[in-house]
Amino acid sequence: MILDDAFGSMTNVGPPTDTARFAEMALPHLDAAYNLARWLTRDSSDASDVVQEAMLRALRFFGSYRGGSGKSWLLTIVRNTAIDWMRANRPMQAAAAPVGDEDPLENIADEGDDPEAALIRVADRQQLDRLIAALPAEFRECLVLRELEDLSYKEIAAVTGVPIGTVMSRLARARQLMQRNWTRENAR
Amino acid sequence: MTPDIDHAEAKTLMHAAIDGELDTLTQLRFDAHLATCPDCAAEHARLTALSTAIRTRATRHAAPAELRQMLAASLAVPTPTAPNPSGTVLPFRRRWLPPAGAGFVLGAALAASLAVMIDTRNVDDTVADSIVTAHIRALQPGHLTDVQISDQHQVKPWFDGKIDFSPPVKELGDQGFDLVGGRLDYIDGKEAAVVVYRRKLHMIDLFVTRAGHDAAHPDAVPVPRAMPNGYNVVRWSDGGQDYWAVSDLNRNELGDFAKAWLGR
Repeated sequence: MILDDAFGSMTNVGPPTDTARFAEMALPHLDAAYNLARWLTRDSSDASDVVQEAMLRALRFFGSYRGGSGKSWLLTIVRNTAIDWMRANRPMQAAAAPVGDEDPLENIADEGDDPEAALIRVADRQQLDRLIAALPAEFRECLVLRELEDLSYKEIAAVTGVPIGTVMSRLARARQLMQRNWTRENAR
Repeated sequence: MTPDIDHAEAKTLMHAAIDGELDTLTQLRFDAHLATCPDCAAEHARLTALSTAIRTRATRHAAPAELRQMLAASLAVPTPTAPNPSGTVLPFRRRWLPPAGAGFVLGAALAASLAVMIDTRNVDDTVADSIVTAHIRALQPGHLTDVQISDQHQVKPWFDGKIDFSPPVKELGDQGFDLVGGRLDYIDGKEAAVVVYRRKLHMIDLFVTRAGHDAAHPDAVPVPRAMPNGYNVVRWSDGGQDYWAVSDLNRNELGDFAKAWLGR
C-alpha cells in the first residue's frame, strides 16, 4: 500500500535532514493544503485524512521536488490524493460523468448588470460557501485555487494537469454557474 | 497604437482580465473596449463583484490544530501552540531530546533505579518516532488491523508465514486490555508484527520485532515515556524480540499494560 511504503521511507531511509527540509517546505502550506482538501471533499474529517495521506506521499516524493513553488507542488499532490480518495471512498460521486468544457462564454446572459453585481456584493459567507460547494468538482477546484489560494492560471494548470485554456474556461464556467445559481436563489 | 479589440475578443478575454492574466498592452486594449461597451462593462462588474466576494468572504478552511500537531510530530518539528499566521518556516529541532551532553540524567532519573536508567539509555529515539508515526497512521480509518479478531488463537496463526518469527499474542482482557487484532508493519528497517489492544477508547499498538543488537536489558523495568503530541511509548525486550507499545493512554496505564503483558 502506498501509505505503508511512504511511512517506511519516511522513517527508515534518508537522513533526517530530508525530513527537516520537507517540513520547512510543506508545513507553511498546510492551511492551503487543508483548504483545498476541504473544498474538494466537502467534509472536514475527510479533508484531514486526505491531507495526512498527501503529506506522506509528498514526503515520499520529495526527492523529485526540484524547487519552484512549493505550494503548487504540494497542492498538486493534495489534489491527486483527494481524487484517489474520492474514487476509493465515494465511487458514486467520483464516477459521475465528467463535466464538459464547452465554451462557457457563449452562455453568459447578456442582460444587465449592475443590480446583479450589487446583489453579489451582499452575498454573505454562508451563501458563498454554499454556491462554491455546489459546483462540479472540476470547476470547484479551479475556483478555489484561483480565488482562495491565489494561484496563477499557469500554476492551476500544473496542479490540475490541464492546459491553461481549460483552466480559463473552467474558471469562467464556475463563475457563470455561481452567478446563475445566486440569481436563481434570489429570484425566489 | 494597436487597434481596440472587438466585442467577441473582449468576451474571450474577460476572465483573464479579471484574474490579471493579461499582459499590459492587452489589458489596456481590453479596458478601452470596456469603456465603450456597456454590455461588457456590466458583465465585468458582475464578475469582479463575484470574485471580490469570494476572495473576501468565502471560507478559507484552516488546518485543524490536531492535524497540524500530528503532522508536526510525525515530521519531528516543534508544534506551535497556535497556528503560525506569519507562515514562517518552523525551525527543526527535536525538542524532547535532552541537550547534548545531558545524557539520560534527567531530574526524575536521579531517583530511579539502575534498571530504569539502562532502559532509558537504550531507547532509540528514531525508532520511537517511527513507532508513534506508524501508530498515528494506523489510527486512520481502515488501517488499524489487517486481521480483526479478538481471539489469540486467530491472531497468532495469522502472523505465521507472513513474518519469520513468532510474536507472542496474549489475551489481557481480564486486565482491561482487549485484544483487537493484528497487522504487519515495517519499523527501523525490520518487519514488525503489530498486536492491537484496546483499553476503553484508547488503542494500543504493540510492535514486535526481532531484537536488535541494542536490545533493552531483558530484566529492565519498562518505563513509559512521553512523546510529543500526547502519545506515550514503552519498550521492553525478552532477549529474542523487542517490544514497543504506543498509545495515547497515560503513562501509568501504559505502564500497567507492559506489566500485564510481562505478567508482573
